[in-house]
Amino acid sequence: MAEFVTVGRADEVAEGEMKVFKIDGYAVAVANVGGTLHAFQDECTHQTCSLGEGDVEGDSVVCLCHNAEFDIRSGEPISGPATVPVPIFEVREENGALQVSL
Amino acid sequence: MRRIVIVGASACGSSAAATLRDEGFDGGIVLIGEEPTPPYERPPLSKEYLRGEQTLERAYMRPLDWYGEHDIDTRFGVRATGIDTDAHRVALDRGGEVPYDSLLIATGIRNRQLDVPGAELPGVLGLRTAADADLIRETAQNASRAAVVGMGFIGAEVAASLRAMGVEVTVVEFFETALFRVLGADLGRVVEAIHRAQGVDMRFGEGVEVFEGDERVRSVMTSSGGRIDCDFAVVGVGTIPNAELAQAGGIACDKGVLVDATLRTSDPNVFAAGDVANHDHPLFGRMRVEHFDNAVKMGSTAARNILGAEEVFDDVHWFWSDQYDANLQMAGFAPAYDQVVVRGEFGGSAFSVFFLNGDGAVLQVFGLNRPRDVRRSMPLIRAATRVDPKALADEAVDLRTLVT
Repeated sequence: MAEFVTVGRADEVAEGEMKVFKIDGYAVAVANVGGTLHAFQDECTHQTCSLGEGDVEGDSVVCLCHNAEFDIRSGEPISGPATVPVPIFEVREENGALQVSL
Repeated sequence: MRRIVIVGASACGSSAAATLRDEGFDGGIVLIGEEPTPPYERPPLSKEYLRGEQTLERAYMRPLDWYGEHDIDTRFGVRATGIDTDAHRVALDRGGEVPYDSLLIATGIRNRQLDVPGAELPGVLGLRTAADADLIRETAQNASRAAVVGMGFIGAEVAASLRAMGVEVTVVEFFETALFRVLGADLGRVVEAIHRAQGVDMRFGEGVEVFEGDERVRSVMTSSGGRIDCDFAVVGVGTIPNAELAQAGGIACDKGVLVDATLRTSDPNVFAAGDVANHDHPLFGRMRVEHFDNAVKMGSTAARNILGAEEVFDDVHWFWSDQYDANLQMAGFAPAYDQVVVRGEFGGSAFSVFFLNGDGAVLQVFGLNRPRDVRRSMPLIRAATRVDPKALADEAVDLRTLVT
């Protein structure tokens, strides 16, 4: 399993919000859903728009370019044009640091 | 074993097949489509796929293996030629018949052809299928000047892609501005300005009199007597629903295949969905919609209703169009409205417009590079209740908080 990498501070992602972090040039979006953190590939599997610039709706992340909707926990497409799951990653808070494992 | 037959291996048809399996249906599913390819997204055909930036495989609705894995009997490259609603059979062009217990008609639409001299000349092209897009791309790669006839979504997106490919574009459009029938004059002019800034020459209020050329099209003569020299032409002047199959089978048709709010046709064992389906929408009334998202969602609803769900199709209808760096989105439906509210600067690079009825309810929203506004307005359209117009216009207000 890949190691956890600190990408920022956990308080950078407010509840109901998303933020995009770069790990060696690879963009990872982190969402805070009711205090639970979720990390996934920022690039939408439909037409490469940024999911982190999308909207969180319940347990979904919605890409606003073309309304591709993914389950934020599994990365599975739920509705819209995307048919390929978005890769998800482990994420944790460690002494206030936000850490992601690719 | 119960067998469900889907005519139309499209976004709609594949969505229906997938939903049937997702819902646990373990009977037979037959998916029949004229094109040799598995179902694919058509939106990229005027954009990423046309410009050669994306393969067709990447636009497949589902990978080719998916159909076998889900025990879908696919008949790609096969045309359904008749429906016998008494015997419950679909006839195929290769001969033979497929029996059904339930039938879904998702035959889509075809391009309206211009009835003018020279319309049959080589180089006068249309866009519906991947093969059409291939021909436009190959032609454009060896050409410098294109005439685009019609500035609806096909014309506008093709014009944008051709400009990106370095082709000079001259547009001939019957109405007074771009996307007039969908967006109206004011928003149409905003789109028109985007194309003008990209160097597209647009001739509005003009029709095509004749396509000229000996072996292939060389120029377009317009109704005012203008001549547009071109190496090829792309025509996007509307569509015709492929309702003949249903009609010949005795199914009620009027501007498409007539379905009720649950997408059932006049025959209780036959459903219709997607572009061909003239459906009875609980908010908007009777309508036929030619957008990708609608096709996918209708396919899903039809599948659930074939399995007995009796679900009303009440989606608020949403679509997008990408032209250059502009992302246009629209949700809802407002053939008439009483009030217009603008969020942001009208005509700027990013703004949204809300169309309200006399009760102050949002009927429709348009966003130029403001997809968040459109997405967050969809619950407002669904709710159909009065919204404070000042709040709609105030960019500091989160639209999600306005849903009551």
